[in-house]
Amino acid sequence: MSGRERILGRVRRALADVAPDDRPYGEAVPRDYLREHGRRTVEETVELLAENLADYRAVVHRGTEDRLPALIGRLLAERGSREVLVPAGLPPAWTAAADAVRVDDRAADTPQRLDRVDSVVTGCAVAVAETGTIVLDGSPDQGRRRISLVPDHHICVVRVPDQVVSSVPQALERLDPGRPLTWISGPSATSDIELDRVEGVHGPRTLEVILLG
Amino acid sequence: MRVALFLTCVNDTLYPDTGRAVVKLLTRLGVDVDFPMGQSCCGQAHYNTGYRHEAEPLARHFSDVFREYDAIVTPSGSCGAMVRELYPRMGERARAEGRGDGLARTLAPVVPKTYELTEFLVDVLGVTDVGAHYPHKVTYHPTCHGLRGLGLGDRPRRLLRAVRGLELVELPGAEECCGFGGTFALKNAEVSAAMGADKVRNAESTGAEVLCAADNSCLMHLGGTMSRLRTGMRPVHIAEILASTEEEPAV
Amino acid sequence: MTGTFVGMPAFPKAAHDAVHDPTLRGNLRHATHTIRAKRARAVGELSDWAALREAGRRIKDHTLRHLDRYLLQLEESVTAAGGTVHWAADADEANRIVARLVRETGESEVVKVKSMATQEIGLNEALEAEGIRAYETDLAELIVQLGEDRPSHILVPAIHRNRGEIRDIFRKEMGRWGRPAPDDLTDTPAELAEAARLHLREKFLRAKVGISGANFMVAETGTLVVVESEGNGRMCLTLPETLISVVGIEKVVPAWRDLEVFLQTLPRSSTAERMNPYTSMWTGTTDEDGPRAFHLVLLDNGRTDTLADRVGRQALRCIRCSACLNVCPVYERAGGHAYGSVYPGPIGAILSPQLRGTASEIDASLPYASSLCGACYEVCPVAIDIPEVLVHLRERVVEGGPAVRQGNKVVLRPAKGHAAERAAMRAARWAFGHPGALRAGQRLASRTRRLHPRTLPGPGRAWSGTRDLPAVPAEPFRDWWQRTRGGKDGAE
Repeated sequence: MSGRERILGRVRRALADVAPDDRPYGEAVPRDYLREHGRRTVEETVELLAENLADYRAVVHRGTEDRLPALIGRLLAERGSREVLVPAGLPPAWTAAADAVRVDDRAADTPQRLDRVDSVVTGCAVAVAETGTIVLDGSPDQGRRRISLVPDHHICVVRVPDQVVSSVPQALERLDPGRPLTWISGPSATSDIELDRVEGVHGPRTLEVILLG
Repeated sequence: MRVALFLTCVNDTLYPDTGRAVVKLLTRLGVDVDFPMGQSCCGQAHYNTGYRHEAEPLARHFSDVFREYDAIVTPSGSCGAMVRELYPRMGERARAEGRGDGLARTLAPVVPKTYELTEFLVDVLGVTDVGAHYPHKVTYHPTCHGLRGLGLGDRPRRLLRAVRGLELVELPGAEECCGFGGTFALKNAEVSAAMGADKVRNAESTGAEVLCAADNSCLMHLGGTMSRLRTGMRPVHIAEILASTEEEPAV
Repeated sequence: MTGTFVGMPAFPKAAHDAVHDPTLRGNLRHATHTIRAKRARAVGELSDWAALREAGRRIKDHTLRHLDRYLLQLEESVTAAGGTVHWAADADEANRIVARLVRETGESEVVKVKSMATQEIGLNEALEAEGIRAYETDLAELIVQLGEDRPSHILVPAIHRNRGEIRDIFRKEMGRWGRPAPDDLTDTPAELAEAARLHLREKFLRAKVGISGANFMVAETGTLVVVESEGNGRMCLTLPETLISVVGIEKVVPAWRDLEVFLQTLPRSSTAERMNPYTSMWTGTTDEDGPRAFHLVLLDNGRTDTLADRVGRQALRCIRCSACLNVCPVYERAGGHAYGSVYPGPIGAILSPQLRGTASEIDASLPYASSLCGACYEVCPVAIDIPEVLVHLRERVVEGGPAVRQGNKVVLRPAKGHAAERAAMRAARWAFGHPGALRAGQRLASRTRRLHPRTLPGPGRAWSGTRDLPAVPAEPFRDWWQRTRGGKDGAE
């Protein structure tokens, strides 16, 4: 007998004495928890996002479309970045004012090559105010998952208020499970030493979020 | 209202003063309390050690003794929780084992009528000031089954705060278990003792003379620890504090 | 190689060293008290916590009730998304499957994301025997692996180590596994994290095979979810060409929407954060992004036996947050190693004896490793009534009875070593059923009270080794009541 048949048979025998439950899935679970916590205006939701991002040590900037290239250029210069990774669909204007050499996100590049790049600039799919989270879904302005992982400095542009939701339930509604998703809440961190949070392990140790309005 | 005192086997045997205090307190509050002589043990130690089937006849006996009363009052959070939380579960388990509804039906009447003492005072009698006088510095340890099983909340503290002369000081780490846990105290004696010693040190740090709780089982463990560690603190059941008056002070 | 749990003594004996080790007690006390307060704050931020907890419980119960259906749906979704699903009835089968998959890639080393399931089945040791080296990449797992130690906590396997001990392990051992720690490494957590970053980076960048577990698997979409902090998970899930995920069958949830509950309750219960730094979700394979081959190994290894137990099956709701460990007074004093399992603490005390059975000394003792204080139940984000299951398992130990082992119905015999206790319980039950006998006993105790010692010999030392006995009163209450009619006669 295959492992599959053995396990399925065991499951069915284990449940043999349980009363039948023909309720459809939709009725089996009470969903009386909140869709979002508290009522806020759009501006207040963006403000909460900024607060919670900063609370987990992301560096938050605000910018407008016309000033964005200069802002990104300045952040890269301040960091001393010589090379910056850009996903294929990132608006070219965003990095137009940067001195750093642009490195395209290409499938052929080895992880070792990516490790030599100083910074990465991406867009995002959605940002969650209540938790201070940005979510990337691999869209053309975000690129492959690894480009926002290997470089030590990540600049993420969030379009506010369009890309901002209040809560986790609202974020899941907007996301496509078929895409590879990365939820990011602050720079990489660990609680493994004495259960106390320390920022900076394997992912980017500096996360800068630009709220583009 | 016909009110029965379910004193518990531990109190009956080792802590009669607590029983006398409950009688004195309830009488002072106008309650005519009876002590049915047929009572013995609720079966908690059996049940919690894994001897559910040995606990069943004790539960049936409890129901036989107490079912005719309107209220059953006990000065023990854990024995109160046994009746209220675990008797219904025993009935369900018997049913699930194909033994019918008999046990569940026998136990059902006593479940909603059983009150821990501070619950009875606050919820049924509606009093928080019981007219007590106890001029001592006291810290209160909420025992686990009272706190998390019965949900006594701040009832005991409200009662203590209304006692004249009593200075109530907060116990650090109050909601942590003292380490008694019934047969746990014997089966895992070292861990139990370590928990007890930590609790006693926390109590000592408050500068209180008295460590008060609403369960003598926990106080037996803590009192034994305090005595061994020579802390000079005394364990006192809350009933004895609430029964104490200027005319008839508790010793 | 890590240390092993095989042949562990019973819990009270295993706890002995920890209880008397002031460094360990201090480490555990500091860590658990820090996280307790933080968890309470993080949970307190959500006014609908009780509703989220109830929804989590119901999702898990519903899934377990229809587990066969959801596993088949999951298999279909994962396969449709380009993954390959394998089924492993026990640890050996899972280890064989993983070893074969690694061999087929031609590689001899793998990088691993922290995973309870692979720890449970002893995957690293099994791979080692096949000449495959597995590198743990979670910081705490690295500390355990380098120190040839055993994990002592679900979330933070090296919780028993303080920063000074971690520095010593890094300085001494890192060089044997790859890039050594800097000579001037101090014990500041940031420097320790930096040393781990540099040590592991070369391994991530060259890795061709990654091995993970998963926190959730969504049947409807075939999506797997890994919740983590450091980014080592992302490294292992995205850089290698082949990804193998070993996941317990109870980790499936029906729908995408169900994540909205657990992504709120898990981080707050676990690390006391609003959200953990990184959560990865992937569905099969994606062209030119991440691994080209994805294998999912569905693991039973005692889970269906647990599912067969009416009371005990609720343990399968567990989402491995470890809140119950952090709040447990017994765990705080006995330490994780005493539980003799990769699952320590209250959840371990109900999981291990169900996954492994109660035949060994350690497994038969675990249901008693609790004062039944209920703090674990109170914090559990899926409302597992751990005390209820503990008492149920105590019953299985002392009474035996029907159970399921490896899919077969068996009747367990009562465990050895409880004969005296059983006799005492019966005697007590008899006495309590005969008030006359009880009263005679009470009177005898009262009459002889001046002869009672303050300490006891033999087994009684378990009590009186650390605690004085209460003095027996001059008369039991019932005698006073009868003598004075409840004080109405005025005689005190």
